Amino acid sequence: MSGWRGVITSVILLAMLAGVTATMQIRASSDAEDGGSGAEALPDGSSVIHEKPSAVSSNTLVQPETFPVTVRKPSGPPRVATNLKDIHGEAVTVACSTCHSTRSPNLQNKTPHSLDEFHSGMKFTHGTVSCLSCHNAADYDSLQLADGHRVEFTDVMTLCGQCHGPQMKDYEHGVHGGLNGYWDLSRGPQQKNNCVDCHNPHTPQFPKMQPTFKPKDRFLEQSRSEH
Amino acid sequence: MTTDNASPQEPHDGEHLKPLLPILDQHSTRRTLLKTAGAALGLAAFGEALSPLMVIPENVSVDEFLQQHYKELTDEDKKKVFARLEAETKERFGANVTITDAKPIPGVRFAYAINVSKCNGNGKCMEACNKENNHHRGVDQSYIRVLEMTKGSMDMEHGSTTYDHTVPQDDKFYLPVQCQQCDNPPCVSACPIEATWKEDDGIVVVDYNWCIGCRYCEAACPYHARRFNWELPEIPAEEVNPNQGYLSNRIRPQGAMEKCHFCLHRTREGRAPACQEACPTGARVFGDLNDPDSAINYVLKNKRVFVLKEELGTKPSFFYFFD
Repeated sequence: MSGWRGVITSVILLAMLAGVTATMQIRASSDAEDGGSGAEALPDGSSVIHEKPSAVSSNTLVQPETFPVTVRKPSGPPRVATNLKDIHGEAVTVACSTCHSTRSPNLQNKTPHSLDEFHSGMKFTHGTVSCLSCHNAADYDSLQLADGHRVEFTDVMTLCGQCHGPQMKDYEHGVHGGLNGYWDLSRGPQQKNNCVDCHNPHTPQFPKMQPTFKPKDRFLEQSRSEH
Repeated sequence: MTTDNASPQEPHDGEHLKPLLPILDQHSTRRTLLKTAGAALGLAAFGEALSPLMVIPENVSVDEFLQQHYKELTDEDKKKVFARLEAETKERFGANVTITDAKPIPGVRFAYAINVSKCNGNGKCMEACNKENNHHRGVDQSYIRVLEMTKGSMDMEHGSTTYDHTVPQDDKFYLPVQCQQCDNPPCVSACPIEATWKEDDGIVVVDYNWCIGCRYCEAACPYHARRFNWELPEIPAEEVNPNQGYLSNRIRPQGAMEKCHFCLHRTREGRAPACQEACPTGARVFGDLNDPDSAINYVLKNKRVFVLKEELGTKPSFFYFFD
């Protein structure tokens, strides 16, 4: 603090020297110069250590390999709840084929509305496609493409992409579905969602949400309330 | 006032003491009196003009007061400054943090795009920004404002930030607004002390320690993207994000301006910005304009793209598009 005051004093005195020399001389000018030079020599260095970021960037330049883009996959065919519990208290679920292998498919059923025994309360708002447009009547633990080829639940994106070409194209260019990780694949990997992470295949419209976070904005709030 | 003090002293000094100034030895004529009075007045005025420098605010250390502009700091200086800031954060917030100085990636030019067909106004981006960037928890500050807009209107001045209902509403669309990282930034021109500038990768940054808090930039920004720190942010120690950048998310001092910096402490290391990762609708697209195969260039080439307040000529690096 005292050194700082010294600077200020010297600044004032030097300014006096410059501005008012025409009429006066200053005897203490040598003191002022001393104070000035002492304060100018402020921070002194110790040792130089190379920064981490530069080391990282040179490393990535040496190996320009790209990191993978991982698309999350469904774990497999869905399991149906039975409302039963096993001996350990865990809910019992069964595979689709548990029931569907014992009954033959009724091709007349196009929507859940005409189902009276199972799946009857299910909401379905996915255009005019019918159950068997996607579900595989030959093996209910899998899906089927429009040409009848079997496709696994884990590869559901192939199925969706048949109709939703523009979305699929956007997705492939990183413009649909969001991402986590690195935008620059030369520096790190990237993770992406698959279709059914965000869209329920039976009610594919993105669900409504309730905002939970509101900045308390000082000036906008007031002007907004006037409108 | 000072002249009154100076002139009566004159005869005494002249008689007995060795005078400070030779002029005081001279005979008391009208000329010397006027000279003395003039000199004393000038000296007093000069001292008064410099007096603010004598007082360093209580919450500013001498080192901070004497700290140079970011661009004039050597690597050595930066090491000291960052160590000081880390120690201050430890003392004030009880958090161990690392402050780094991520530099622009050579050849990279950042841009952002938001799909207004997808954005549903849920506000997760604002929340992620608040957490990532060590914003004041008391006012839930964020660099982003999501505006609820009436369909058919493109005037962001009539958007509402205070909506509190399930989203999206059928007659509304949602427009998240944050710093547009303009190529012709009015805030940078407005700053009287060059405390804010545009970096090579397109990000407009602020040296929070150089900023004097005059808020000219806030007034100059047509997107209301700049925020002022009215008080020192309050953040619980366990919520402080320890990965901090000097020009980005380190805890800002009171009285400094701040703004979105595209999470440069993340994006300059190749990572996605926090708001993009948080967006549950996938409406946000971020990337390198100089890479012809980047997602952002796909948007610019294939979508219906617009920028906010194009007529102002600010040339934003921030785009909005429809599906």
